[in-house]
Amino acid sequence: MTFFEAERLAINFGGIRALDGVSFRVDPGQVFTIIGPNGAGKTTIFNLVSRIYDPSDGRLTFCGEDITRVSPHEIPRRGIARTFQNIELFEHATVLQNVLLGRHAHRRSRFVEELLFLPRVRVLEIEHREAAEKVIDFLDLQRYRDSLIVNLPYGVRKVVEMARALCAEPKLLLLDEPSSGLSVEETEDMAFWIQDIRTLLGITVLMVEHDMSLVSAVSDRVLALNYGRPIALGTAREVQDHPDVIKAYLGG
Amino acid sequence: MRFAFKTSYAQDLGLFRDRVQRNAYIALFLALLVLPRLVPEYLGDLSLVFIYGLCGVSLMVLAGYTGLVSLGHSAFLGIGAYAHVYFAQDLGVPWVVAVALAAAVTAAAGVLVGLPALRMTGVYLTIATLAFALIIQEVFTRWDRVTGGLKGKPVQKAVVFGLPLGHEVGFYFLCLAFLIAGLWLTSNLLRSPTGRAWVAIRDSEVAAQSMGVNLAVYKTMAFAYSAGLMGVAGALFAHKIGFLAPDIFSVLLSIQFLLMVAVGGLGSLHGAVYGAVFVAMLPVVISQARDAVPVWLGQVFAVFGREAGRAVFSLVDRFVKQPGLEPGIFGLILVLFILFEPLGVYGRWRKITLFFSTFPLYKHATFKRQKSYMRSERLR
Repeated sequence: MTFFEAERLAINFGGIRALDGVSFRVDPGQVFTIIGPNGAGKTTIFNLVSRIYDPSDGRLTFCGEDITRVSPHEIPRRGIARTFQNIELFEHATVLQNVLLGRHAHRRSRFVEELLFLPRVRVLEIEHREAAEKVIDFLDLQRYRDSLIVNLPYGVRKVVEMARALCAEPKLLLLDEPSSGLSVEETEDMAFWIQDIRTLLGITVLMVEHDMSLVSAVSDRVLALNYGRPIALGTAREVQDHPDVIKAYLGG
Repeated sequence: MRFAFKTSYAQDLGLFRDRVQRNAYIALFLALLVLPRLVPEYLGDLSLVFIYGLCGVSLMVLAGYTGLVSLGHSAFLGIGAYAHVYFAQDLGVPWVVAVALAAAVTAAAGVLVGLPALRMTGVYLTIATLAFALIIQEVFTRWDRVTGGLKGKPVQKAVVFGLPLGHEVGFYFLCLAFLIAGLWLTSNLLRSPTGRAWVAIRDSEVAAQSMGVNLAVYKTMAFAYSAGLMGVAGALFAHKIGFLAPDIFSVLLSIQFLLMVAVGGLGSLHGAVYGAVFVAMLPVVISQARDAVPVWLGQVFAVFGREAGRAVFSLVDRFVKQPGLEPGIFGLILVLFILFEPLGVYGRWRKITLFFSTFPLYKHATFKRQKSYMRSERLR
């Protein structure tokens, strides 16, 4: 059974073909990274996988199931969670509330039960809280638990967003530029966390990243894109040395 | 400074932060029980505060928590009021059932508005709900058989479970009970997944969606719940004013509700109640000030001679007795709040309590943050 596969993905925005025949396959337990210059279509792939965009052509398969036409809110229930490049946190809520929303895909209480806050809701809420606390513990966010997002520095927000995604207990985690805007130390922490997510939690990671030190530290497979077309696929080393990749970044 | 020492997850699920807060609410409740004895002449105004409180909670769910600003809430109030009176008086349904039916009818209307509104965001949604309010007002005028049209419809006193609540004190407690129930149900929702999903939609639709929130379902739910609460408030409002006519449920009333949640503080249930106190009591204060201020100023200026005093009195008197002063003051207050205290009365209250609880260490910058009305507006 294929874990995750994209076949001939293509999307047009008006007359612009943002992605054109992108195919790749992610095996369970891998860290798969997509690199490429600005505008290469990296985030577009993410938006296609999380079903914010409809592909003009191609097919997405996850755990043997075709998810090309699944509605966006169903995606986390299938086991795919994501972060965003320009942090999309709920700013006027606390870290805990943000992380708890990650549990939404696991909501089991009904509206009327919640309206009356029946004992079952209380029990489920405590279960959610325990799951959230595990993630908070894992990512060292204890001291920020009750602070509002608006009062937090950028680096911490980045981690909170990852915590929210982890809280959904995904099988596949999409990280959109996890190191953008982070300091060198924070980027190193991020590399450790990504490795831990893979080895300790057993979650497959699909990532878009620019920082080549992070990419080569954690990735098993790297796909390079340029103008919506794949130009190289292989290990970090292979892709970095590929003549087309060097040309795409440096021109010539 | 007071710390809430937490030892279990259940503690965070409680309605109150800690025992101190719970006791404060019990004290407030007891005060509200004896209030009718202390200020019998203001009972009518206080009942209106409670009804407006319910309206505030209703709009707070939609505008403050889900980020959908509606100008159609006067119509929901009207639908609730007319439906209740129709069921209770024309069809002779028992009072409690009539209220439930009114809430159901209004919630259904909320779904009807909510469904097309899903495709609109921000100011476009507000305009659509404004149109809805105007249309419904026209329906109230034309549908004589049910609403009595322009002639209006007299409302009999409430009889709950065979208990006549015609007198002011009974009605006061009825409204108080409904407000407490509304607050309890709403805060239950807000501390469970539904409430979190609403807040998520308000702050970032795209993130909410990719965490598994079905935008259509939760927005419709917010509309239906908000409208349902408004329906209950409408039923009480009908008894409060005693006579229904279409022009009562004008867009100005919607604007007053919006003023209520904005002045109270968007995104908090406290704010809804503070706003209700504010909006319901302001006309009382204004009407008293109308009589008092000219006399008072006249007396002050009488120091410069009796002529000066009389001149000032008649000048000020003529100014404050002009029609349209009230909406003017309302508008001015709204503008001042948005400029100087975007967090509303509740925000100011939190600042004051924080100042005293951290006394020598209070930092002015604690509440400094970018001024944004609603984040979802900037996303588009």
